[in-house]
Amino acid sequence: MPKCCTAPDGVVMGMFDLAVANLLSPMVLFFALGFAAALARSDLTIPEQIAKGMALYLMLSIGFKGGVEVHKSGVDARFLGAAAAGIVLSALIPAFGYALLRFTSKLPAIDAAAVAAHYGSISIVTFVAATEAVRMAGFEFEGYLIAIAAIMETPAILTALLIARRAMPERKGEPLGALLHEIGFNGSIVMLVGSFIIGAITGPDGMKMISPFIIDPFRGVLCLFLLDMGLVAGRGLAQGGRLLSLPVVLFGLYMPLISATLAALMCLTLGLSQGGTALMITLTASASYIAVPAAMRLALPEARPAIYLTLSLAVTFPFNLTIGIPLYLWLAGKVSGG
Amino acid sequence: MHRKKRLEIILEAPAMNRLANALEQAGVTGYTVLPVLAGKGTTGVWTRDGLVGGAGAMVCVICIIDPSKVDGVMERIMAVLARQIGIVTIGDVDVVRGERF
Repeated sequence: MPKCCTAPDGVVMGMFDLAVANLLSPMVLFFALGFAAALARSDLTIPEQIAKGMALYLMLSIGFKGGVEVHKSGVDARFLGAAAAGIVLSALIPAFGYALLRFTSKLPAIDAAAVAAHYGSISIVTFVAATEAVRMAGFEFEGYLIAIAAIMETPAILTALLIARRAMPERKGEPLGALLHEIGFNGSIVMLVGSFIIGAITGPDGMKMISPFIIDPFRGVLCLFLLDMGLVAGRGLAQGGRLLSLPVVLFGLYMPLISATLAALMCLTLGLSQGGTALMITLTASASYIAVPAAMRLALPEARPAIYLTLSLAVTFPFNLTIGIPLYLWLAGKVSGG
Repeated sequence: MHRKKRLEIILEAPAMNRLANALEQAGVTGYTVLPVLAGKGTTGVWTRDGLVGGAGAMVCVICIIDPSKVDGVMERIMAVLARQIGIVTIGDVDVVRGERF
């Protein structure tokens, strides 16, 4: 068994141990429950407003905790390096993704551009699940990665728009200003960045005040939220799965691995901790399903949401949650020499 | 009673703000937004349950306008809706306070 990850407490975890620990965590098992319930056509549902409330809670919690970490440790040059790397990865990955989709599948250009945008951007829930996996493995990570997550949301959307405009010359004259405002002030980004800033301002004193709200219930809320994600993913697969051809489904499985490899190479120069490297790889390998789908409905409305939402939520998210995260943690061990 | 036109627009939630701006620019004096729970379209059945992002959710916008404004309003809103998923219907209605529309 390959030994890769030496946690600060001296526990050495191989790839297999990481995978088993992840698969048997309550979070992943609740996701599996939701997925199975949806495929079995159970009437188990979580109302939209509760799902949205839980998403806001998770973003508040993760953003605030990241801000407090930055308050304690400050920001150094490595933050700027990680931010630059995040922007480059987010902007370039859609170009790779688009080329691969067009080469391997018969997906029209507009659909391929929309799908590619999702894979360049990030999934904050995959990130949240990965932070739990990192903590469970005994590692710490740089708090400013929350800000990197927010930074990586948007460049991919702009790249995908440029690709789509090249493929559809009649779209070239359309103004971008309103769209950029709608993307930049998307509720999830405002919540994440706003909580991060509040955490950075108030620091440990602020954390002491609200920790019973944002620390103790966090894992329980995450379980319930992932149950909902499982339900939505399973429903999406049952409804939209027939629209996905085999090459497109395979793209949803191999693209995260390509992105993870690119991120791992980039991380060789960033000097992040092992936990931070794992999260940077996870961010890059994840595919958005909150901010980007809404942006695509405005920017590229001709693209079919049944394809990009189903692929991102019902194929790539389960892959990352079950197999991807332990794999990225293992890869981070190799990259950071842990 | 006064004869007016009732516009019912079912559209994607992310485009709601753009539609609201178009209605205001067209001189529509008011509108009502209703959440849509579930439905079925060309790509199959969908439901609002469990959705976190706006994509995938639909809303229904109802507004009452004077028949003389229909062409102008339609021109404005179709500039927003032409490429989006949605349904626009227009019907005749009678209202009590005709001067409001």
